[in-house]
Amino acid sequence: MYELFSQLSVWMIPAIIVFIPLYAAVRRKQPVYETFVEGAKDGFGTAISIIPHLVGMMVAISMFRASGAMELMLSAVRPVFDWMGIPSEVLPLGLLRPLTGAGSLAYTADLIQTYGPDSMIGRIASTIQGSTDTTFYVLTVYFGAVAVRRTRYALKVGLFSDIVGFFAAIFICLYIFG
Amino acid sequence: MVNWIWLFFIVISVVVAAATGKMDTVTQAAFDGAKSGVTVSFGLISIMVFWLGMMRIAEDAGLLAKLAKALRPIVRWLFPDVPKDHPALGYIMSNLSANLFGLGNAATPMGIKAMQELQKLNPDKETATPAMCTLLALNTSSITIVPTTLIAIRMNYGSANPAEIIGTTLAATFVATAAAILADRWYRSRAQSPPAKPPVQQGGRHPNTGSGVTGGGELV
Repeated sequence: MYELFSQLSVWMIPAIIVFIPLYAAVRRKQPVYETFVEGAKDGFGTAISIIPHLVGMMVAISMFRASGAMELMLSAVRPVFDWMGIPSEVLPLGLLRPLTGAGSLAYTADLIQTYGPDSMIGRIASTIQGSTDTTFYVLTVYFGAVAVRRTRYALKVGLFSDIVGFFAAIFICLYIFG
Repeated sequence: MVNWIWLFFIVISVVVAAATGKMDTVTQAAFDGAKSGVTVSFGLISIMVFWLGMMRIAEDAGLLAKLAKALRPIVRWLFPDVPKDHPALGYIMSNLSANLFGLGNAATPMGIKAMQELQKLNPDKETATPAMCTLLALNTSSITIVPTTLIAIRMNYGSANPAEIIGTTLAATFVATAAAILADRWYRSRAQSPPAKPPVQQGGRHPNTGSGVTGGGELV
């Protein structure tokens, strides 16, 4: 199982970056390099536009950890998480993920910085952050765009999937990297 | 919501620091956090530039449109109450394929167009239809093939294998999406709401013949 997952991870990116330009050049006769450069220009702006969000959130999370407030909060849930074999450090990520995309990204970066990207916590955090989207944000933007006020069961479905995704990410990582 | 979370972190930090006498550490942490925020964002530049370049090739070659078309049977099954040739389906397919490639910036406008089309089928403009809820379920769980942002951050902090989380992320996102679809189906069957009757479209268009994200523009 580990072998399958690691092969998938190893081959996904090379497969994509060979297939896409090859297909475009051979089948569509596209000037692939020029197209690449044209599209790549957008990347800089996209990354830079994240700075204010990430600075704001990383300041708050960094303070929260340094003050000892994080530890205080985690010590309350640690026995339960220890019993389940889950590192309790990832709990705040599960709480932040549906609420704020920048906040959960900042917390993920903070965990990776503190515990290292190749630690179990770093791997679990990466997987949680990558596997779902910010439910409240999506709901606000999509329903806001059409002025729907009664959203019926959409929030419940979104949060249910977040909870399932959170535990799935943890147990899959514990199983694969454990 | 985000305002309160942010305020909560900062206020609680200062209160706890005051109680434990760690005020100078917390002040230092605030500056360190700001610095990390910039470092992490800068670390994203390389991957974002590279990935968006690749995705432009995919888009111009019509690969996103191809993927969108391939999703048609799944979308038809997920949205049984949207008429077969309704433009909403085209936008939904573009939205999902952009999500698959991690193109959040392209996925959101397509999703909003889909919502606007679904709203035309809605008999009660202030209440969500089952189709809207299904679209939301898919977008909140968001299947992504390559989590580029996370790979960039892991790379920045010196991971021996930044891409090793692709497999686990795919598996977790698959489980989350399956859960969303199951829950959505369950609520749908429980709600038993009659399918909305769409107005007959003059000169019905076939949005699925557009070309994905760029082609999405043609549909407007």
